[in-house]
Amino acid sequence: MTGDLPLLTTSQVATFVARGFLPLPGVVPDDLNAAASDELGRIMSTWGSPDRPFAPSSGQTFAEIYPEGSAIGEVLRHLPVAGALQSLLGPDPVFDHDFVHHKPAGDPFGQYLHQDAMVDPSLAFDVQLFYFPHEVLAGGGGTGFVPGTHLRRVHETDVGRYVHMAGEQQWEGPAGSVVLFHQGLWHRGMPNPSDRDRLMYKIRLNPTAPQVRHWDMSDLDTMQNGPDDHLFARFRLDSVAAVLRNREPWLGEADYRLELANRAALWRYLTGDDEFDVDYYLTRTEGHESLT
Amino acid sequence: MDATTDRQQVLFLYLEHSNLDGRVVAWTFHDGSGEASDLEGSPPYKSGTAALQDGWRLIQASPVPQRIPGAERVTGRLEHEFLFERIVPAP
Repeated sequence: MTGDLPLLTTSQVATFVARGFLPLPGVVPDDLNAAASDELGRIMSTWGSPDRPFAPSSGQTFAEIYPEGSAIGEVLRHLPVAGALQSLLGPDPVFDHDFVHHKPAGDPFGQYLHQDAMVDPSLAFDVQLFYFPHEVLAGGGGTGFVPGTHLRRVHETDVGRYVHMAGEQQWEGPAGSVVLFHQGLWHRGMPNPSDRDRLMYKIRLNPTAPQVRHWDMSDLDTMQNGPDDHLFARFRLDSVAAVLRNREPWLGEADYRLELANRAALWRYLTGDDEFDVDYYLTRTEGHESLT
Repeated sequence: MDATTDRQQVLFLYLEHSNLDGRVVAWTFHDGSGEASDLEGSPPYKSGTAALQDGWRLIQASPVPQRIPGAERVTGRLEHEFLFERIVPAP
C-alpha cells in the first residue's frame, strides 16, 4: 500500500473500535463488480484445484495477492478500500485466507452464530473484509452480525446457542459494498428466502507491525481525550470517549462497563497513548495498583 | 412428563443482569413437539419474571459471576442465562 490512499478519520476508527465493524456502502463501481462476480464464479468452480485463478497462499503480502489482471485484486486495491485497510492494519498486511460465500435463492439454511478462527486474547487484530458485488435487499441473505461483540473472548460456535440477540443486524446495501469486520465480531450466514442468489467474498488479513496511528491523523489531537473525560464528572460530546461510549441493545450495565474498559485498552494500543481512558475505569485501577 | 403424550418446549432467556426481573437481551427457543416455529422478531418476554407469569417453569439459572483474579475485565459468553421449560401435548 502507498502513502497516497484516502484514509479513515479518527471518528471512523473509533466507531470500528466501539462496534467492531465499518461499512463502506457501494464503494466499488458497477463495472468492477461485474468483473469481480465473474472471477468469483471461476474461483468457486475451481476451488481446491490447480486451475483456481490467482490462488494466494497464507502469509503472502497484500501487494502480492491477486496481481494485475485479477478483478478481485482491483477491488482490494480500489483506493477507498485499500485506504480503509491500511488505516486499520498498517501498510504491510499479509493474506490469511479467503472464501466465496454463495447463498442460492430460496436457501433456507443459516449458520450458527460464531466467531471466526480461534479464541484470541491479543489486542492486535485482523480485519475480515466482506465484499458484496450485488445489491443485497433486506432479508436477502446478507450476513448477520451482532455489533459490539468483537472484544469478547469466545471460541468459534461456542456462542451458537444464542439464536436471537437484541441489536443483531443483517447486512443490506447497494452493489459494491464492503464491510470491514474486526476478527472477533460474532456473525453468521443467514437464510436467503429471496428470489436472487447472494454472492459474497470474504478475505482475512493480518497486520505485520503495531497498528498504531495509521489512519488520517489530522483530527486525532482534536478528538483525543485524557483520562479525565468521565461521564460522572466532566466530559465532552466530541471526544473519542464519546464515540466509544456507544451502547448496544444486548449490553447490560455490568457488561457495558467492562466493554468500555476493553475498548479503552484497544484505543490505547491504536494510539500509543497509555493515559487515554473512558470514564476513568482503567485510570482508577492503575492508581490503586501503583500503591501496592 | 409422559413421553407418550407430552413434549417439552425449552426457552433460553439471557437477561441484562442476574435478577430474574432483568430485561431480556437474547433468547433461543426449541420445541420438542415440532409444532411451533422459531421466535423471530422482538424478545418473547420483557423479563424472566414475565416468562414465569406466562406459565414457563424455571429449571436452571446461571450462578452470579465471580471475576477471575487477573482477568477481571475479560468478557465472553452471555452470563445471565435462565432456562425455562413448558410441557405441551405431543402432536
